[in-house]
Amino acid sequence: MLRIIKTRIQQKYRTMAYPDGPPPELPSRFTGRPVVNHGTCRDGCDLCIAACPVHAIHMSLDTEGPVIDTGRCIFCRACEEACPAGIIHFSREYRLATSPRHELFVQAGSPEHGPARHEVAVRFFNRSLKLRQVSAGGCNACEADTNVLATLAWDLGRFGIQFVASPRHADGLLITGPVTENMRLALEKTYAAVPDPKIVIAVGSCAIAGGPYVDHPEQHNGVSDILPVDLFIPGCPPHPLTILDGLLRFIGRVG
Amino acid sequence: MTSFVFLSTVNGQAINRAEIPVFDFKDLRAAIIDYVKAGARISGLPAWREDDGRLRMVAVLSMPASGDILLGACDMPDSWRSLTPDCPSAHWFEREIAEIWQVMPEGHPWLKPIRFQPPRDLQLQGKIPAIGITGFFSIKGEESHEVAVGPVHAGIIEPGHFRFLCHGETVYHLEISLGYQHRGVERAMTGGPGPRSIHYMETLAGDTTIGHATAYCRAVEALSGIHVPPRAEAIRAIAAELERIANHTGDLGALAGDIGYLPTMSYCGRIRGDVLNMTAILCGNRFGRGLVRPSGTAYDLDRELIELLITRLNSAEKDLKGAVEIMFDTPSVLARFEGTGALSEDTAREIGLVGPAARATGLDCDVRREFPYGMYRFAQVHTCTWTTGDCFARAYVRWLEIKASIEFIRRQLLELPEGPVSLNVSPLRGDMLAVSLAEGWRGEICHVAATDSKGRFAFYKVIDPSFHNWFGLALALRNQQISDFPLCNKSFNLSYCGHDL
Repeated sequence: MLRIIKTRIQQKYRTMAYPDGPPPELPSRFTGRPVVNHGTCRDGCDLCIAACPVHAIHMSLDTEGPVIDTGRCIFCRACEEACPAGIIHFSREYRLATSPRHELFVQAGSPEHGPARHEVAVRFFNRSLKLRQVSAGGCNACEADTNVLATLAWDLGRFGIQFVASPRHADGLLITGPVTENMRLALEKTYAAVPDPKIVIAVGSCAIAGGPYVDHPEQHNGVSDILPVDLFIPGCPPHPLTILDGLLRFIGRVG
Repeated sequence: MTSFVFLSTVNGQAINRAEIPVFDFKDLRAAIIDYVKAGARISGLPAWREDDGRLRMVAVLSMPASGDILLGACDMPDSWRSLTPDCPSAHWFEREIAEIWQVMPEGHPWLKPIRFQPPRDLQLQGKIPAIGITGFFSIKGEESHEVAVGPVHAGIIEPGHFRFLCHGETVYHLEISLGYQHRGVERAMTGGPGPRSIHYMETLAGDTTIGHATAYCRAVEALSGIHVPPRAEAIRAIAAELERIANHTGDLGALAGDIGYLPTMSYCGRIRGDVLNMTAILCGNRFGRGLVRPSGTAYDLDRELIELLITRLNSAEKDLKGAVEIMFDTPSVLARFEGTGALSEDTAREIGLVGPAARATGLDCDVRREFPYGMYRFAQVHTCTWTTGDCFARAYVRWLEIKASIEFIRRQLLELPEGPVSLNVSPLRGDMLAVSLAEGWRGEICHVAATDSKGRFAFYKVIDPSFHNWFGLALALRNQQISDFPLCNKSFNLSYCGHDL
């Protein structure tokens, strides 16, 4: 018993100050939201488009520069390396989540981060959000970094957000994975079991657009074609801070 | 010993495909059984369709005593005498071949799909049964009942279907039905390597990014005949051991949580994050995405980062010691761990168990020592075993391995070789085959890659350690209480996505 108490003292108080204090320190090599600088692409240059393994980039007719779909992006930095004009670079911005899908597109002049506030979520779930997690394909990294939020360092419970065992007890689903054909029915049934009003959160590039498996016939390119999605949290996988920030902005707990 | 001699090669070496001896199936079957009796393990039984329509299978046997990898091939008939009755470790492999290629191992004791994936041959599409619709053992009689769980589970975990056949509280048998995570990775690798290949490998099992990426890169390096600079080998090994520490730490915490011992659960959950953050110091990503690349690593370490890593390692070591030792010192914890879900060494060997679960039974297996690769050719990590094969042993072996890995990383960081971390890549040579084994944190990872005449992948086969071990979990649960399932399951902590591919 004394040893347990001694260990408790040695392990200290570890819950982070965020969001009241500063966010936890991110590693120096962290890959955050991409930024597209104003500048001129060389005539006909499409090296970034060719370099992207998941076809997340297209050319804008307005800005005549690249547009990056951060929902599809797997944050591999191949476009940054390929760009001869230095127009694309990845920042350390961790606020990647947005509520409307179209806000995930980043081009020259895009704001630092997109909006994630959702009026239904703010109204009903501001102080209590119970989620059922469904893993629908993917690699288990998004699940791992979602699970991390329940550890004492992040302590998700202090915001009234909790993962519950049954969809009947849930206010919505948090979905990871590209939705494999083998998981589609189970996902639909789980969604049907959640009482209204309900919300759907897609975490990770798989759940948003298929991730590395985009266009494989064994999966469905993410959740959007199967269920209405209210919050998109990009990343491969998203950093736990990105997920937490997304959830808090979604329910209006931070601005 | 067998009179049919296989081709002998070593881990991570490419050989000409034409050199692999081809036997009749009957002779290959006899040879596999003889080699396995002589101590070989079945590391893989990949099959693929040749251009002329023949279905070719190659047996990849690893011989721990000599460090050799033995290869022998045959053309598969539409039906064959199943290996499994004479060689139980072929059980899952034969089911896989039967499912993908729609062929029949006659006399297989429990033939059914393992992934519910579409057959590889297009003309056979449509034959696939819906996921989970298959035969299950059943139980009848007074007080007998069945419990079905999944694919959606109560926690944040991957999907799989479990069916318990019980008499009262006692589980007679557990059936595990997987495939919910199947996303077509091996199919998509054919014709590669392409821009997505390394990303497929890094996401085979997200918690084994370094393990699988390293196995893949070593296969590619062998096929293209390039060498990796020593500094990159050291950084890969550091990352691999960090991956082991992070996952083992998470498992020890989760095991504590499953039996309601909350202090260790809370501390280990946090410390696991600290270790993942050390991997993020290497490459910016907590799971090691973007670090291991063909010909080396994408990132180097400077003096400042090395010192930061050593400081973090020391502090994680101190925190872990406190967090884990209180658990193993608590009688109520030991009472729940000891004797729960035990497997014998003989069973482990017979079914081909790998990794910490095998070492917990006393089986002294470790790819790092038996088939050394990369940095492990120059620096050894102590192989940690225990004898009881129960939940205690699986937990305790993890703790021993954490300590061994910390020592290894510290030594590597202090003695990091000088020089570059990557060299130029070159194209893959045609008509070659390479077997790449690595010791992931769950156990033996086996990648088998073969090229066509143009140097593209004719096939790419991945065998995650979970492929060998799922059946071990089913056996460990026999005659246990149904309430012990979460504990037993966590003590194996197998990958669904690594199995389903």
